[in-house]
Amino acid sequence: MSDLKITGLHKHYGAFHAVRGIDLEVPSGEFTVLVGPSGCGKSTLLRAIAGLEEVSAGTVEIGGRDVTWARPRDRDIAMVFQNYALYPYLNVYENIAFGLRARRVASTEIDKRVKRAADMLGIVQLLERFPRELSGGQRQRVAIGRAIVRDALLFLFDEPLSNLDAQLRDDMRAEIKRLHQELGRTMVYVTHDQIEAMTLADRIALLRDGKIEQLGAPLDLFERPATRFVAGFLGSPKMNFLPGIIETGEVALCDGTKLTLPPGRKAPNGQAVVLGLRPQHIAKAGAGAAPGHVQLPAIIELGQQTGSRVQVSMPLGGSSITAEFAAHEVTAPGEQVRIDIDMTRAVLIDPQTDKVI
Amino acid sequence: MTSVPFHRRKETKLVFRYLTAVLLVVIFVFPIYWLFAISFKTPGEIFAVPPVWYPKSIQFNNYVVLFKDGDAKTVGNSLVLASASTFFAMIFGTIAAYSLTRFKTGGENLAVWIMSQRMMPPVAIAFPVFLLYVWLGWVDTYIGLIILYTAFSLPYVIWMMRGYIEDIPLELEESALIDGCSRWEVLWKVVFPMARSGLFATAVFTFVFSWNDFLFALVLTRTEVTTYTVQVTHYFGGQSNFWSKIAAMSVLGTIPVFITVATLQRYLVRGISMGAVKG
Repeated sequence: MSDLKITGLHKHYGAFHAVRGIDLEVPSGEFTVLVGPSGCGKSTLLRAIAGLEEVSAGTVEIGGRDVTWARPRDRDIAMVFQNYALYPYLNVYENIAFGLRARRVASTEIDKRVKRAADMLGIVQLLERFPRELSGGQRQRVAIGRAIVRDALLFLFDEPLSNLDAQLRDDMRAEIKRLHQELGRTMVYVTHDQIEAMTLADRIALLRDGKIEQLGAPLDLFERPATRFVAGFLGSPKMNFLPGIIETGEVALCDGTKLTLPPGRKAPNGQAVVLGLRPQHIAKAGAGAAPGHVQLPAIIELGQQTGSRVQVSMPLGGSSITAEFAAHEVTAPGEQVRIDIDMTRAVLIDPQTDKVI
Repeated sequence: MTSVPFHRRKETKLVFRYLTAVLLVVIFVFPIYWLFAISFKTPGEIFAVPPVWYPKSIQFNNYVVLFKDGDAKTVGNSLVLASASTFFAMIFGTIAAYSLTRFKTGGENLAVWIMSQRMMPPVAIAFPVFLLYVWLGWVDTYIGLIILYTAFSLPYVIWMMRGYIEDIPLELEESALIDGCSRWEVLWKVVFPMARSGLFATAVFTFVFSWNDFLFALVLTRTEVTTYTVQVTHYFGGQSNFWSKIAAMSVLGTIPVFITVATLQRYLVRGISMGAVKG
């Protein structure tokens, strides 16, 4: 059974068409991430699910019930906001208890649930404090506590980690993942951060211009993107795109370089394509090329250390591409290396339609 | 040439600053002191030349007279009128401000139009209001003045509360809506506590506006709900002025405002400066 079903959802703000016909079904217990660039409609979609935005057309069903026109409080949802949305005049305990008090839950039950949620999030010692006395990470824990205490059918997260620093973001990401595993509840999570999307999601819905560009498991989207946009959006560093032409089982790039396609990869002769290569699939060559791999000489233009890896830029096919080597594999710019491209992982894109062939 | 050491120069500057401050305080506080002093003086002391700077013995006769003659009741009238009108103006004004801010009721310009009502000179409508009140039978009644003061305070309350409500993060309200609150509960449980300082600051000013009104109180009252501002003028005569009564009545009229402001000073300062610094 699905806990959330969205059918033909549209949202207009005056002349601006923010959400353009979205169909989405989220099965019970699944963690779905809505990801996309700014202005793609992901937050509007989440707010429409929450009932904070009226939809222009379409329906929203939660738990098998049509809630398209139901008030937010009648939807059996809990939501975590980007800015925590804690009440500054209430202490942590009362902040967490707020939703239960609003629903007239008995105080003994409130006490039990607040303490259980606080225990789960490791904030028992903070219950008497006020939000202004908490760090960003602690505030976000309280905000999450306020959502989980409600025991709602559907949990919504609107970029909850955006205001945290990098280290804390990693910790909280793990925390949210753990909570999902413990609670087993259906969660819809909005982010513009593809790493959050990849690490948290059971399924990712990648949005663009108010539509779902592709929906699927994180690795599906990463390894088998449907469009150039999906291929470019997911992955860091970004995928390299090189224009070329198919010539009998090879891709001929602008500078005349020819890369042999792996056997079985079908593409009509003479067709213009864009070759997509992930930096992770371009390595420093070792011994002989494995089947489906191509080896080439290259000159390093720039090396950027990240600690565990080094991102190197080098010219190929008339433009500069990025590859990712092991940390000590590059010494200086200008170094001549031999690179190994895993063509089995390459994607071919039709430049007319931007769709992956 | 020997120069003055730096710390000496700093001290001189400080002394000069304090002297200026003391002088200013004396200039501003003296009239209030004089008002209080007269209210406790005997008629002989009031008109003595050279002036008696402080009463030889504190005597409450001037106040006793006011209470005996029933004049002090007018302070009670002012208290009822100002409190009731402040209460209603705050309730209706805050609700209206919430609606204007969050639902954009009446478009973008309605709030400005409402505020423009405040710019109108009250005397311009004094006569029409008088005629209307005569027709309604509201002259010299509590309800008449309470409604009028409420109506006059509303633009100010709406304008001020609109500013305070705009400063409340929308997420706090949305979160409450999802957590199970209705719009009214959001107003009560989120907006009021969040805008508490603003509410108090606005209420104090609204109270003081109504408290100090003279024009409508003069036009629309006779004997039943005369306010203290009107009552004070009864002591100015063509032949002589009853200074002792004027002073005592003015002190009685000052005390409620003084107590209100002193009690709510903490909120007043915060309310007035709210929104000045974005957190």
